[in-house]
Amino acid sequence: MRRGLALLLAAALLAPALLAPVAAWAVLPSEKLADPALEARARAISEEIRCVVCQNESVDASDADIAHDLRVLIRERLKAGDSDQQVKDYLVARYGDYVLLKPPFASYTLVLWLGPVAVLLLGGLGAAVFLRSQRRRGGPAAVAPLSPEEVARVAELTGRQGEAPEGGVAHGGAAQGGGAAR
Amino acid sequence: MALRVLLGALPLAIFLAAAAFFLWGLNPQRDPSEIPSMLIGKEAPAFELGPIPGADRPGLATADLKGHGVTLVNIFASWCIPCRAEHGVLSKLAGDGVRLVGIDYKDKPADVLKYLGELGNPYERLGADTAGRAGIDWGISGVPETFVVDDKGRVVYRHVGPIAPNQVDDEILPALEQAAK
Repeated sequence: MRRGLALLLAAALLAPALLAPVAAWAVLPSEKLADPALEARARAISEEIRCVVCQNESVDASDADIAHDLRVLIRERLKAGDSDQQVKDYLVARYGDYVLLKPPFASYTLVLWLGPVAVLLLGGLGAAVFLRSQRRRGGPAAVAPLSPEEVARVAELTGRQGEAPEGGVAHGGAAQGGGAAR
Repeated sequence: MALRVLLGALPLAIFLAAAAFFLWGLNPQRDPSEIPSMLIGKEAPAFELGPIPGADRPGLATADLKGHGVTLVNIFASWCIPCRAEHGVLSKLAGDGVRLVGIDYKDKPADVLKYLGELGNPYERLGADTAGRAGIDWGISGVPETFVVDDKGRVVYRHVGPIAPNQVDDEILPALEQAAK
């Protein structure tokens, strides 16, 4: 039982180490272009192209067959003299914006791009309205100071009869002055 | 006062908006993994595929999709299990007089000949897409995928995955009718 657990633990610890190199090296040496500048462009493009079967993995990182095909295709287009944008347009013409991991800023993606900003603004507006109304009511600073009876009760509860109240109680006492000053 | 009413109604409005969104998201008919095709309403992509050696069918090119009436273009492979599952459905459609052509995706001639020999060959034309490049031109993410193309060579409908028998009446036949208009 204990041995099984140890084995399981070892497997769990080793698994990422075994899987990581596979994920990082989806680009096969045979796919690479001889020209390092062109290869760097191909890598940059394929990092932004979605593997259409894996949903949320780039073509650069995916081990899927179609990802391999798309990597080779991107390199072919680059070798044929396409610009980065032309390569992307070529893929978008076939697979739509879906193939881009970073969606374009367009009329139909306004909610996607501006939604978070709108929510943040709405939240800020709500907070501002709330704080303003608090202040108009006098705010938390205007909490009524403790009456002498309450001070005595607090002293009784804390078991320090006759002593000057400290800590939270002292703050209440100080608020008396502060409250009056306002 | 008006502002106060507006603020009071805000939580309700936010709730209703969120509820509508969740209702849309939870709809069992909605498939979040579905990828919209770029081809709907457009001409079929330019491609030209040679025949499968020994299959006794001519190859397939874009020109073969124009002026031949409504065509069902099925992209399949012998190594694809779901293709095997939909083969009977396709054979029945072809038997009912639907023009069916096939693109054999990333396959070996010997394998696909065995596949067709075993299950029958309902395809009028068969293109061998050995490199899988025509598949990319059609924007497929896997096999099988089936497209309905009208007489003018325009793509009307795309079906991802195997066609289940109940989907013939629900999806394929209406798409064929629409293409025939």
